[in-house]
Amino acid sequence: MLEKALKGSKTYWTWIAVLLGFITVGVICYIQQFNYGLGYTGMSRDVSWGVYIAQFTFLVGVAAGGVMVVLPYYLHDYKTFGRITVLGEFLAIGAVTMCLMFILADLGQPMRALNVLLHPTPNSMLFYDMIVLNGYLFLNIICGWVVLHSEYKGAPPPKWYKIFAYLSIPWAFSIHTVTAFLYAGLPGRDFWLTAVMAPRFLASAFAAGPSLLLLIAIILKRNTKFDIGEVAQNKLCTIITYAAVTNLFLVGCEFFTAYYSNIPGHMLTLDYLFWGIKEGTEVKNNLVPFMRFSMILNIIAIILMFLPQVRKDDSKLVPVLIAMFVSLWIDKGVGLVLGGFVPTPLEHITEYTPTLGEILITLGVWATGFLIITLLFKITVDVKVMREN
Amino acid sequence: MDMKRRDFLKIAGLTAIAGIGAPTAFSRLLKGEVDGGAAYASGGEGAAADSNRVRLGMVIDVKKFNQYKGLAQKCIDACHQIHNVPDYGNKKDEIKWLWQERYENAFPEHSHYRRNEELEKMYFLVSCNHCDNPPCVRACPTQATFKMKNGIVAMDYHRCIGCRFCMAACPYGARSFNWRDPRGRSADGRPFIAHVNPDFPTRMRGVVEKCNFCVERLAEGLPPKCVEVASPVKAMIFGDLNDPNSEISRILRSRFTIQRKPALGTHPSLFYLI
Ligand code: SF4
Ligand code: SF4
Ligand code: SF4
Repeated sequence: MLEKALKGSKTYWTWIAVLLGFITVGVICYIQQFNYGLGYTGMSRDVSWGVYIAQFTFLVGVAAGGVMVVLPYYLHDYKTFGRITVLGEFLAIGAVTMCLMFILADLGQPMRALNVLLHPTPNSMLFYDMIVLNGYLFLNIICGWVVLHSEYKGAPPPKWYKIFAYLSIPWAFSIHTVTAFLYAGLPGRDFWLTAVMAPRFLASAFAAGPSLLLLIAIILKRNTKFDIGEVAQNKLCTIITYAAVTNLFLVGCEFFTAYYSNIPGHMLTLDYLFWGIKEGTEVKNNLVPFMRFSMILNIIAIILMFLPQVRKDDSKLVPVLIAMFVSLWIDKGVGLVLGGFVPTPLEHITEYTPTLGEILITLGVWATGFLIITLLFKITVDVKVMREN
Repeated sequence: MDMKRRDFLKIAGLTAIAGIGAPTAFSRLLKGEVDGGAAYASGGEGAAADSNRVRLGMVIDVKKFNQYKGLAQKCIDACHQIHNVPDYGNKKDEIKWLWQERYENAFPEHSHYRRNEELEKMYFLVSCNHCDNPPCVRACPTQATFKMKNGIVAMDYHRCIGCRFCMAACPYGARSFNWRDPRGRSADGRPFIAHVNPDFPTRMRGVVEKCNFCVERLAEGLPPKCVEVASPVKAMIFGDLNDPNSEISRILRSRFTIQRKPALGTHPSLFYLI
C-alpha cells in the first residue's frame, strides 16, 4: 500500500520538494538552536513560552478536530462521513506529530525528554498531556491504518479495531481538555485562569480542525477523482459554523467577565491584546493588529458561512474557510499563549518578537506535519479511487 | 552567633541535605512546646499543617533596607556571587535569584490611590518565597522542582528538562531559565560568571534555577548568605516558622507583616516588615 505514495503527478512532487526544502532549513536552524540554547529564540525570562508552545496548543486543537467526522460516523452511524473518517484520523496523526515536535523544539534539555516517563509525576498536567497525546497518536494510527488497509485488500475491516475507534472519541476530547488545563490551573495568570478555557479550546478546535479538513478535501476534489460528496461537505460546513459561533460566544463571555467585574488582573491582558498598554510613556501593543484582524476576520467568516450561496460554491467557500482557519490560528496560536505572559506576575510589560531562526524552525515543523498528511492522504485517495473504479 | 542558633542552623541544614523531616532532632528544640500558633504551619510537600516539622522562613525588614542604602545590593551581589549566577548584561537572557522591585510591582494587588510617599520610594527585595503550597512543584513534570521536608523548594538541575512549566506556574516571577551557556563568554571575551565559586555547581544551559534558601550553607551550619550580609543591622531574620520560640516566630507574632499575593493560597514563607 505504501507504494501509492511514490507515484504521483508533477504537482505532487513539486509540493513534496517545497516541503522538503522547508524541512531542511528548519533542521539547520534547529541544529543552531541546539548548539546555542533557547536564547536563539525571542523568548525571555518574562515571556518564557513563545511560538513553539503556541503552535503546539493550536495543533492539539486541529488534531482533536478530526473527531468531528469520526464521532458522527461511529456513534450516530452517519454513513456519509464514511469516506472522510480516515482523512480525519490521518489529519490527527500529522497534527499530533507536529505537537510532539514543537514540545521537543521548546525543551531546554531535549535529550532528557524521557525524564517525564522515568519520573512520572501525576500532579503535573504536562505528564497527562504526554500520555494523552501519545495515546491519541497511537489510536489514530491503528484506526486509520486498519481501515485503509482492509479497503486496499478489498475486505471488511476486522471487528476489534472498533474498540479503538470508539476509544478515540473521548480521547480526542481529553487531549484538548488536558492541554487547556496546562493553562487554566495556574494561579497568578489571570488571563488563563478561567473555567471556560477547556470549552473554548474544544469549540475553536472543532471549527479549525474541520476547516482544514474541508479545505484539503476541496483541493483533492479539484486535483483527483476523490470527492467527499456534497452532503458531507454541507454537514462539515454546519459543524464548522456552530463550533465557531460557540467559540465566539465564549470569547464574549471572557470579555464580559473581565470588563464588567472591572478587576484589573482580568482586564490587563485583554487591554494589552486589543488596545495596547501604556507603560511609562511607551505604548506596548505589538499584538494589537493581529488580534483585531483575527477578531474581525472571524466574525466575517462566521457570517459568510451562514450564506447558502457561499457554502454551495467552492470558489467562495475556500477563501472563507481560509479566513476561518487563519483567524482561529491567530487567536490561539498567537494571542492566547503569548497574552498570558503580559503583564508579568510583577506587573511589568515585556513584549516578545520571535527571531527569524525561530520562525524557520516553526515552518520546518509545519512542513513536516504537512508532509506526513500529504503522504497519508495520497495513499488514502489512491486506495479509495482504485476501489471505486 | 550564639550556640543555640548555630545548632539550629546545623540541624536545619542536615535535614535540608538529607531531605528528611526532623521531628526527633527538633523535638529537642521544641521541648514539647507545640502550639497551634503558627498559621499554615506545615513541614512541606503541601502536606496538611504539621507543626512538628521544620518550616524555614524569612522576614525582610524593608525599613532597614531603605535606611541602609546599598545594603540590598550587597545582599544581591553576595547571593549571585556565591551561587555562580551569570551576568549577561541584557534583560532577555537575565538570570536573578534575588532582586529589588518597587512596591506596586512586589505587591501589585495593594496598589491604591495616594499611597504613602515613603512607600512609593521604597524598594523591596524579592526572591523565591519557598511557598508552603508551591504551584511550581505542582506543575513540574519530572520532580526536578520539589519540596524538602523543611519547607525549602529545591531544584535538581540534572533532572530538569527545561520545559519552563514551572516558570508559567510561579505567581511571583521567581524563576530564571538558562537561555544560553552560563559558563561561556560574551562576544568581547568577558566571562558571564566573573569569579566562579568552586564550592557551588555552575549550571548548564537549558535548565531553570532560583533561590535555594542557601541549602548548601545551612548544611554547614551557616545562615543564608543574604541574611548574613544583612545581619549587622538585622534586616533579615531567618528561622523555623513552626518553632514558637524562634526569633522569627516572635517577630511574626508581635509585628505587622505582609506576604506577596496571599490570596493565591500559595502560603509564602517570606514576610515583609513594612
Ligand atoms: S515563589 Fe515561585 S518558585 Fe518559589 S516556591 Fe513559590 S511558586 Fe515556587
Ligand atoms: S523547567 Fe525543569 S523544573 Fe521547571 S517544570 Fe520543567 S522540568 Fe520542572
Ligand atoms: S537565601 Fe540564599 S539563595 Fe536565597 S536569596 Fe538569600 S542568599 Fe540567595
